[in-house]
Amino acid sequence: MAAHASTELEAPRAPRGLRHTAKRARREWTAYLFLAPGMVLFSIFTVFALGFTIYLTFHEWEIISPDKPYVGLQNYKDMIHDEKFRHGVINTFYFAGAVIPLQMLFGLGIALLLNTGLRGRVVLRTIYYLPCVTPFVVSAIVWKWFYNGDFGIFNFYLLKTGLIDAPLSFLSDKNLAMPSVIVMSVWGGIGFTMVVYLAGLQAIPEELYEAAKVDGAGPFARLRHITIPMLRPTTLFLAVVGIIFAFQQFTQIFVMTHGGPVDKTTTMLYYVYQAAFVYFDMGYASTLAFALFLVLVVFTILQLRFYRQQI
Amino acid sequence: MSATVETTRVTPQAIPAPMPRPRRFRWKWSHAAAYAILVPGALLFVAPFVWLISASFQPVGDLFSYPPHWIPQDTTLEGYKAFFGHGSTLASRANAPDGVARWFFNSVFVSSATTACQLFFNALAAYVFAKRKFPGRDLIFVAFLATMMVPANVTLIPNYIVLKHIPFMGGNDWFGLGGHGLLDSYYGLILPNAVAAFGIFLLRQYMMSIPDELLDAARIDGASEFKIFWKIILPLSRPALAAMGIFTFTYVWEDFLWPLIVISSPDRYTAPLGLALFVTKNRTSWDMLLAGSVIATLPMVLVFLVFQRNFIKGISLSGLKG
Repeated sequence: MAAHASTELEAPRAPRGLRHTAKRARREWTAYLFLAPGMVLFSIFTVFALGFTIYLTFHEWEIISPDKPYVGLQNYKDMIHDEKFRHGVINTFYFAGAVIPLQMLFGLGIALLLNTGLRGRVVLRTIYYLPCVTPFVVSAIVWKWFYNGDFGIFNFYLLKTGLIDAPLSFLSDKNLAMPSVIVMSVWGGIGFTMVVYLAGLQAIPEELYEAAKVDGAGPFARLRHITIPMLRPTTLFLAVVGIIFAFQQFTQIFVMTHGGPVDKTTTMLYYVYQAAFVYFDMGYASTLAFALFLVLVVFTILQLRFYRQQI
Repeated sequence: MSATVETTRVTPQAIPAPMPRPRRFRWKWSHAAAYAILVPGALLFVAPFVWLISASFQPVGDLFSYPPHWIPQDTTLEGYKAFFGHGSTLASRANAPDGVARWFFNSVFVSSATTACQLFFNALAAYVFAKRKFPGRDLIFVAFLATMMVPANVTLIPNYIVLKHIPFMGGNDWFGLGGHGLLDSYYGLILPNAVAAFGIFLLRQYMMSIPDELLDAARIDGASEFKIFWKIILPLSRPALAAMGIFTFTYVWEDFLWPLIVISSPDRYTAPLGLALFVTKNRTSWDMLLAGSVIATLPMVLVFLVFQRNFIKGISLSGLKG
């Protein structure tokens, strides 16, 4: 990355010694001044913070007690044997594994239909995008109400159509809680994948379709052999961004289930929050956060590769 | 080049043209099929909003009625009145006698202040990276980009501890001990978000397209570097600044986990935080809660409808909702 950036950024740089560099730096002092706010804040809240996280993972650090003893790898050992952590990882993967493909599939479907030059397309697009601009807390409150076992709308319609005989308690049933959270999250994210897919579809040259039509390709052949392959970079991008996003979901779990029932919706991030700010076990919580970071960093590097293409 | 590069490219030409160019409209059977899928789907998508708005005008008793009403039988403004602290008659309002509109204004303040900080500081850094040549530039730029590899949720814990120990703030002494620092303050919400590497990156890409001749001409006329930034760079970057500003504002408005951790006094709650804690702790004033939900959603929807083009462009360039 560094090498790539520097070739284009800094074309005329003759090596003329340290004194010359210092002189140039002094002449361009305002440049450093303009960068100072960013440098200060990033050093504290990102660089130092990451180092401090790693430091904390080797300590027992309770916010109230003055002793913060060094415990070596004890936090890591605890984490490996922690049943709840294992559930957290499984739940996180379960959530991401369901939400991302569903969001992408529905988003692509809607984008394809909207892209056929329908009248009223803008209105429809706006409606499908609305959940994305709604504060997630509000969406979660409304869905929590819909899922309610006593007066929720879902139970009302399911009972009325005879699909179920007794009301379901969606959010407190250990088999239904996670699927319920997933459905709500898919609803909240389709607008985003749709918009990105629409932009991707716009970038496909019309000539490709014209040529395929001349060759006698039907709509499905065109979809399979032109649209889907041409959208591959978009799909990849959405998958990577989706993973980064899905691994950090918190709001709807906090509002709708509080990680329950019996930790069935406790994700990695939710467990980090609990360990740190409910049990105040900062050392162990940092270990959990660091594990989350290690999972995420792979995907973040992939995401940055998309941006690098623009540098 | 790939489609992603097309969608994520930030050039002056790309920003104002996000909408698909409509092909000429012709009625086709395939359109009927598309409507048959899209219209019912759209109804499902608006249903929660219809319910929310309708419920916010219903008396508390009717909210729990079964079967549920989509159209209110009696309309009342009780929820909205309670939200703004007028005429609350119910005993259950005892813990929020003055209404909770303050949450809303806290959100307005924190989101606006954070957006203003980001617009200024991000643009300042972006200008330097785009237009200035100085020793160490590439190294610093890559370092800035690398900070994007650390998601904010990973550093919640150290940042909480750091805020608690900022010297001289919130009753702290020289060594940052003794008080609560910047915890439970607006600064604690604003400061960690005052600059964003992604915003810098986005603006830099845009500013690179501003011709150097303009800046050189201003330098020959004796303009200071800050004046060049303020008078030339900022006005010319307006479309990119708008996209970034809208994105930042909505991001901060929706942010939940950080306020949850930092803020503890109810009068400093942001709107999402107040609403969420209301649901999980205090189950009595549902009408007020629903009115508050409508009010917390309105600014987002309005910003979206007014700036739809910028907004969708911003989202599709960044892919950064998370």
